[in-house]
Amino acid sequence: MELLIFYPLAGLCVAFALGVVINNSPVGSAMSLIAMMLGLAGIFVLQQAHFIAVLQIIIYAGAIMVLFMFVIMLLNLKGSGEDASWRSRDKNLLMTVLSGFLVAGLLYKILCVLNSGEFDSPASLPENFGTAREVGTILFTEFVLPFEVASILLLVAMIGAVVLAKNKVD
Amino acid sequence: MLESYLGAGIMMLMAIGIAGGMVVMTSMLGPKREFADKMEPFECGESPIVSPHQRFSVKFYLVAVLFVLFDIEAVFFFPWAILFKQLGMFGFIEMLLFILILGVGLLYVWKRGGLDWE
Amino acid sequence: MEPITAPAIDLVSLAPVLVLSVFGIMVLVTDLFIGKDKSVLVFISLTGLLMGAISSLAKYNLPVHSFNGAYIVDHLSVFFTFIFCISSALAILVSVDFNKREGIKVGEYYSLILFCTVGMVLLASATDMIMIFLGIEIVSISLYVLAGIRRNDPKSNEAALKYFLLGAFATGFLLYGMTLLYGSTGSTKLVMIASAIRNGGVASEPLLLMGVVLLIIGLGFKVAAVPFHMWAPDVYQGAPTPVTAFMAVGPKAASLAAFYRIFSEAIPQLSPSWEILLCVVSVITMFVGNLGAIMQTNIKRLLAFSSVAHVGYLIIAIIAKNSLSSSALMFYMLTYAFMIFGTFGIVILLGRKGDENLEIENYSGLAYKHPVLALSMTIFLLSLGGLPPLAGFVAKFFVFSAALKEGFLILVIIAVLNSAVSLYYYLKVIVFMYMKDPVKEFDITLSPMTLFVIAISIFGTIQLGIFPDSIIALAQAN
Repeated sequence: MELLIFYPLAGLCVAFALGVVINNSPVGSAMSLIAMMLGLAGIFVLQQAHFIAVLQIIIYAGAIMVLFMFVIMLLNLKGSGEDASWRSRDKNLLMTVLSGFLVAGLLYKILCVLNSGEFDSPASLPENFGTAREVGTILFTEFVLPFEVASILLLVAMIGAVVLAKNKVD
Repeated sequence: MLESYLGAGIMMLMAIGIAGGMVVMTSMLGPKREFADKMEPFECGESPIVSPHQRFSVKFYLVAVLFVLFDIEAVFFFPWAILFKQLGMFGFIEMLLFILILGVGLLYVWKRGGLDWE
Repeated sequence: MEPITAPAIDLVSLAPVLVLSVFGIMVLVTDLFIGKDKSVLVFISLTGLLMGAISSLAKYNLPVHSFNGAYIVDHLSVFFTFIFCISSALAILVSVDFNKREGIKVGEYYSLILFCTVGMVLLASATDMIMIFLGIEIVSISLYVLAGIRRNDPKSNEAALKYFLLGAFATGFLLYGMTLLYGSTGSTKLVMIASAIRNGGVASEPLLLMGVVLLIIGLGFKVAAVPFHMWAPDVYQGAPTPVTAFMAVGPKAASLAAFYRIFSEAIPQLSPSWEILLCVVSVITMFVGNLGAIMQTNIKRLLAFSSVAHVGYLIIAIIAKNSLSSSALMFYMLTYAFMIFGTFGIVILLGRKGDENLEIENYSGLAYKHPVLALSMTIFLLSLGGLPPLAGFVAKFFVFSAALKEGFLILVIIAVLNSAVSLYYYLKVIVFMYMKDPVKEFDITLSPMTLFVIAISIFGTIQLGIFPDSIIALAQAN
């Protein structure tokens, strides 16, 4: 059953990831990226990693995408494809073929799953798996050192941002 | 296992149904009288058609980066808050150190004028 | 809910990291409250680096594992911590006069160097891939900013942007490789990965191998191995000269240490598959580095290509992965630190505000005006080329003998040939200094700090060349 949800979600992710690369306008790319992140969050939920799924949405689809949009606005990028209509037709064809492959693969996989009849979840997980509590327990015991080092990394990033972007540092 | 998501799934379907239904219904049921003047976008003293892409000041960038950094910092607080009692003194000191280092970062940004909007 | 027991915290083995972080924060905060004169920051940073080096000796009975196998203090990490502290101290000393001359008044410069050193120490001591990743990120982010610290200089901006974009991309590869390794073996700890592979606990063999390839790409970028070296010449040229010297030594040594650790501790079982790959990388790195350097007319670009070539020799040590090769790696990086800081010290001395005199032509006739400087430059360049009795020769000899012990005869022959090729472009600079007439006047201010660095480097280059035994004994103590 999980696989029936997984393949469409994964296909969606791949499609939107392609969209990020192919899209003409940077804003369009950013929007595709958000959709991709949401799909990824869905896959995390499917893996019983609820906390990570929520973080994925808060950090990536939220904060980091805001930053992306700011940078796009900052650079004042324009889409480049308005005059090249023949190119965009080519691109549409490419898109159609690619998504055709994707859908065909997807259907094939779904049929495989339906045929094999493996509807049950294969592994049994501990009851609290993937909750914030479990993640926290590992983070604060086994991975204490990376946790503290992460704060140094954030500090360095802060210094870097101010040094490079502040008008009058010296 | 998936059955546990049934409720959430139904709720999501209902939310999409209500939101989408309202849009569709208003456009179908509402009265429509369209004429040229009404359909024209109106902006007092401005050209009605401009590119939505406006160049932003680089100041926004600094704010956005700092927002992301502190957002990531905040993420570490969620599991800590849930486990606060169980972790006891050890967890408290651990988090204190974490906040202290980032507090230095905040002090630095503040003194350097990263939070000012000159 | 029963309380969670606190994990074992071993602050003593973490001592150098703690000391360096505390001093880094001190420099950062002090900078906020002092005026234009930054010399007090130099003093604090140098004290911090000295204390950091001393504190790395805090542990006896090496190796000591701590933090659930995420951190190790062994001879490799202690020796490398020393190299990092020495190279960062030399970088700071060499920057003092340079920054005054070029008007770099950013106090964060010094704290970034200290934080970068923290990252390097973590890299050399990490035995967990998450730690290695965090170390690499701390080092890289500091370097991106340091490369672009001259914000009004387009070249410096170009260097920072190129380095950042390509570096972020390479980090993606590295992370992906680590993920695949984790996915197929179920652990991020190097030891656990090795035992999973040994005991056949690998979920997916192809994914594991793909992870190894991606790791080689990511780490290859960080150490500037061909074909992932494209950024090096531009970044080395555009970054402020002391930062270039710093970049060529410390961070490179740190990435190589992590490289060596991952390949010799986590995936030695897979060596039949990655050996051939690394051999190819090593050979083309040597060739592209040396042949590229021949064509350069700018001294910084020449040294950039030469440092690419040196990475080619060092990868041979990683391929050999015996106990001799780890000490060869340590010894090589120590001598390399002296040679590079000496060379760049002279490059800095020859420049003046607004005109850095970076073309090799500008070195014409240096021997007539400043014979001592020209002689020092000659010593450094010949040592880089690997001529006896200088340190570079001993270092290369050491690396090659480690490889010969494992039977990589052809690889060593290629490396020796490359070494000979490299003499060509080092000698070219020397020929310019001794046999050409000056094209323009030298206007050199002999700044004491930079001269001090050059003096230390000469001492190191000659001492390690003629009497290497004591240091080799230290490096081989494991």
